[in-house]
Amino acid sequence: MLETFNFRVILEYLPLYWKCLLATLWLSGGGLLGALVVGVVACAMRISRSKLVSTGAGIYIESIRSTPLLAQLYFFYFGLPSLGIPMSEEATGVLALTLNSGAYMAEIIRAGVQSISYGQIEAAMSSGLGYFQRMRHIVLPQAVGVTLPPLLGQAIVLFKDSALLSLISIMELTRAGQIMTSERFMPAEGFLTTAVFYLLIYYMLKGISGWTQKRLIFREAR
Amino acid sequence: MFAIHFTQLMQTLPFFLKGLWGTIAISGLSLLAGSLVGLIMGIIRASRYKTLRMVLGAWVDLIRGTPFLVQIFIAFFILPEVGIQLEAFPAAVIALSNLSACFICEIIAGGILAIPSGQREAATASGLSSYQQLRYVILPQALRVILPPLVGQYVLLIKDSSVVSAIGVLDVTRVGWLTVQRVPEGLLVFGLVGVLYFVICYPLIQLSNSLEKRLTVVTTRL
Repeated sequence: MLETFNFRVILEYLPLYWKCLLATLWLSGGGLLGALVVGVVACAMRISRSKLVSTGAGIYIESIRSTPLLAQLYFFYFGLPSLGIPMSEEATGVLALTLNSGAYMAEIIRAGVQSISYGQIEAAMSSGLGYFQRMRHIVLPQAVGVTLPPLLGQAIVLFKDSALLSLISIMELTRAGQIMTSERFMPAEGFLTTAVFYLLIYYMLKGISGWTQKRLIFREAR
Repeated sequence: MFAIHFTQLMQTLPFFLKGLWGTIAISGLSLLAGSLVGLIMGIIRASRYKTLRMVLGAWVDLIRGTPFLVQIFIAFFILPEVGIQLEAFPAAVIALSNLSACFICEIIAGGILAIPSGQREAATASGLSSYQQLRYVILPQALRVILPPLVGQYVLLIKDSSVVSAIGVLDVTRVGWLTVQRVPEGLLVFGLVGVLYFVICYPLIQLSNSLEKRLTVVTTRL
């Protein structure tokens, strides 16, 4: 295989890969931002005292976690038009990534918030702090330390999951490999180049994740 | 209109059951193979053979750093170029087994390394061979740490198996995709697909949660 491996064609397609890499980053970045917002809201609803709100959030979280992203993606891709809601492929893809990761992030944030012992909140209350002051000064600073590593892990999963968007014909990294396969019949060159680009970003994200973990441990040791 | 589509969908129910069987077959085979290979890989990963450990670690990183969709395209399109001709089904099982083996490997290694070294020393002092140590001392205790994330990993495996529909393997997602071409009611079709996955995955997630609670109680009691 190696003697027929065609680096020249890869060079020829490099501008396409570059464009597709940017698209992947853009799509997963959008999904990540959306998922953080959805995650915070869903978490707040899940731990709310109102039974109705909490159950609603629970149904959302559990049904997302029990079904594959690809089925969710197709659900929106084929489902929204039949409801008469026209949406571009990109918007559908980002929506699916957002709702999917949002459910996981809600659980991560909930675990972080609940990891703070109730005594601290009682102490804050008896010091006369209001709800937002307690959140701002007591709960959140500690919760961030617990939630940041799994949140970054989820961000990596989200970034890799964005490959599925190629199946609803969105231009992104995996799609570039498919294009090279269908135009030049070179699946090896196409998909291995795609894999290399994913790995580059993966190692970068993993490095950031390791660095923050070290920083967090250091901060706690101080 | 909706009612017509609903009856149409009900008529295709046997087709969905066939897809369900496909999903169960692929996940079941990959679960068995992945657990077995993952166990062996995990034991090596926690052993003292440094080169083997590093090679395995690099492979696990490569697999964890690329999307499963890309891996399955590589298994399906590129292995034939090096002379390994595979049908879609075996290619899917191999790719999925490999993916789960890599994740299970880390879970097993983490479980083994969580056992205090005094246990191993005591076993050595009692004259147990290294196989006996592993079989009677280390693994039974490590199982407590391993089991909850292992069941969680099986849920991920079942959900990831939806991706193999991209190379035409007949599973639930593929059946949904084929059905939606004839019954243009995406919400209904992929709602059904989601329900089928939910029925399998939700009990497993609950099992993983309850295992986590039960096994943690046991360790603190000791």
